[in-house]
Amino acid sequence: MSQLTRDEVAHLADLARIDLDDAELDHLAPQLNVILESVASISGVAGDDVPPTSHPIPLTNVFRDDVVVPGLTAEQALSGAPEAEEQRFRVPRILGDEQ
Amino acid sequence: MSETLVPFDEVVERFDPALGLEIHVELNTNTKMFCGCPAVFGGEPNTQVCPTCLGLPGAMPVVNGKAVESAIRIGLALNCEIAEWCRFARKNYFYPDMPKNFQTSQYDEPIAFEGYLDVTVPDENGGEGETFRIEIERAHMEEDTGKSSHVGGSDGRIHGADYSLVDYNRAGIPLIEIVTKPILGTGDKAPLVAKAYVSAIRDLIVALGVSDARMDQGSIRADVNLSLAPKGSGVLGTRSETKNVNSLRSVERAVRFEMSRHAGILDAGGSVLQETRHFHENDGTTSSGREKSDAEDYRYFPEPDLVPVAPSREWVEELRATLPENPAVKRTRLQGEWGFTDLEMRDTVGAGALDLVEQTVAAGAAPQAARKWWLTELARRANDAGVELTELAVTPAQVAAVQALVDAKTINDKLARQVFDGLLAGEGTPEEIIAARGLAVVSDEGALSAAVDKAIAENPDIADKIRDGKLAAAGALIGAVMKEMRGQADAGRVRELVLEKLS
Ligand SMILES: [Zn+2]
Repeated sequence: MSQLTRDEVAHLADLARIDLDDAELDHLAPQLNVILESVASISGVAGDDVPPTSHPIPLTNVFRDDVVVPGLTAEQALSGAPEAEEQRFRVPRILGDEQ
Repeated sequence: MSETLVPFDEVVERFDPALGLEIHVELNTNTKMFCGCPAVFGGEPNTQVCPTCLGLPGAMPVVNGKAVESAIRIGLALNCEIAEWCRFARKNYFYPDMPKNFQTSQYDEPIAFEGYLDVTVPDENGGEGETFRIEIERAHMEEDTGKSSHVGGSDGRIHGADYSLVDYNRAGIPLIEIVTKPILGTGDKAPLVAKAYVSAIRDLIVALGVSDARMDQGSIRADVNLSLAPKGSGVLGTRSETKNVNSLRSVERAVRFEMSRHAGILDAGGSVLQETRHFHENDGTTSSGREKSDAEDYRYFPEPDLVPVAPSREWVEELRATLPENPAVKRTRLQGEWGFTDLEMRDTVGAGALDLVEQTVAAGAAPQAARKWWLTELARRANDAGVELTELAVTPAQVAAVQALVDAKTINDKLARQVFDGLLAGEGTPEEIIAARGLAVVSDEGALSAAVDKAIAENPDIADKIRDGKLAAAGALIGAVMKEMRGQADAGRVRELVLEKLS
């Protein structure tokens, strides 16, 4: 099991928009490694005949009919927004392009 | 930054282009991909939302079965394999128009893969076109984002904006993303191949009836990837990705511009940046967007809230049986049946009138008559009203009915135009309009004969010419009679009467 480097933790934090300073990175990187090692012990138990599982229940094809159901009113939708304007969610200036 | 653009002819002499196209198709389902909110275009802001498509905590998505059906039909029409089992995945990134902070998409298990579409680039000299086989890598299901408008700054764009306002009505509308493999060997045809491909996809989507297929409204959006490599080198160069190119003409122009731009960079010994570009409709150029490099780290993982999709082979075969005739094949067939010239056919397709003409013919009109009405009179009215032909309030059945009345000599072409006025104004059936507006040609021989006598009396010189055998002069008398009859006469019958009386 390869170790998660401090740089990788910094990169992940950046992708997740979590602002970590140097002291926090020093503190958290080793802790994350301990967690990864603990989880990795599962691969010692599962044999080659056990494929990685994303869904524990063997269900497929759970579909919904294409029928409109009432949702929220604009008022309800915006009620939890820190700021709203012109019936829209107001968000801070966007830096850079959409992805 | 000033850019050196190499003339297109020089680019293709020295470089091989490689194209790649990603097309997003917004499906026309009633509801969104993962919730029951309406998926229609143009509602008041944030009135088509619910906890699921707003990404509120605890909300659980459920897949729209109709969207899966449409995805499979698109895959089959593109000659793809349909996955026996596939999952949704979370594509993680932050952007305010995506409320969950991830897009539910598909990653390494698309629902459709390994297909192809043959497209034909017309020959500019009217000869046989050249056909290219476009290999399809995949078609996968995902969801659309909301819409941001940027406030402040100079021109409503991101740069310089003070803040943004977001409407989530579009967030969660089903999208199918169709991705090609690199398209090689197109040479100087690259811009035309790109355009022909997007056009063929649009035709296919229309024929399948799975989307509004309106590029101008963003229900079909194309991203154009392009790279250049030294001619004959067989390598792939670094590509740029021009996003959201929203018309067929723009697709062609974007490819052409990027080829010239890449060549300029490579000629100067530089290297092309792998980045997204924005296309500008006004001058046909592109400008730098976002550099791709490490921002590309989407940390995909299987969506735990949605169970896998495993379409049974029976279902797939049932859907295969619903596929329409391939649009290109259909076009060739109809041209043969109708006896249209290449030019007439191209004009008909170009005007978006193919289906309308087909339906008008099916309703009993002669092909040339159907073509004439849709491409002249009705095209002009659609143009005046700023709508598509298909949106005009005249149906193919009505056009066939009007033509039948012309064939029966109840009305003439000129009166038919007034019938179309009535149809567009919602005044009822063609017969009702003719009755209400008093449009029928006068079949009363007495009245017609009197009008001819009057015209002869008023134009003795012309009458003499006709008596002397100068039949070409008859036109002036016919014109006078038609004027007298306010256009409501059968010009053929008037001509007969004039010649009879002056023989
Ligand atoms: Zn919803």
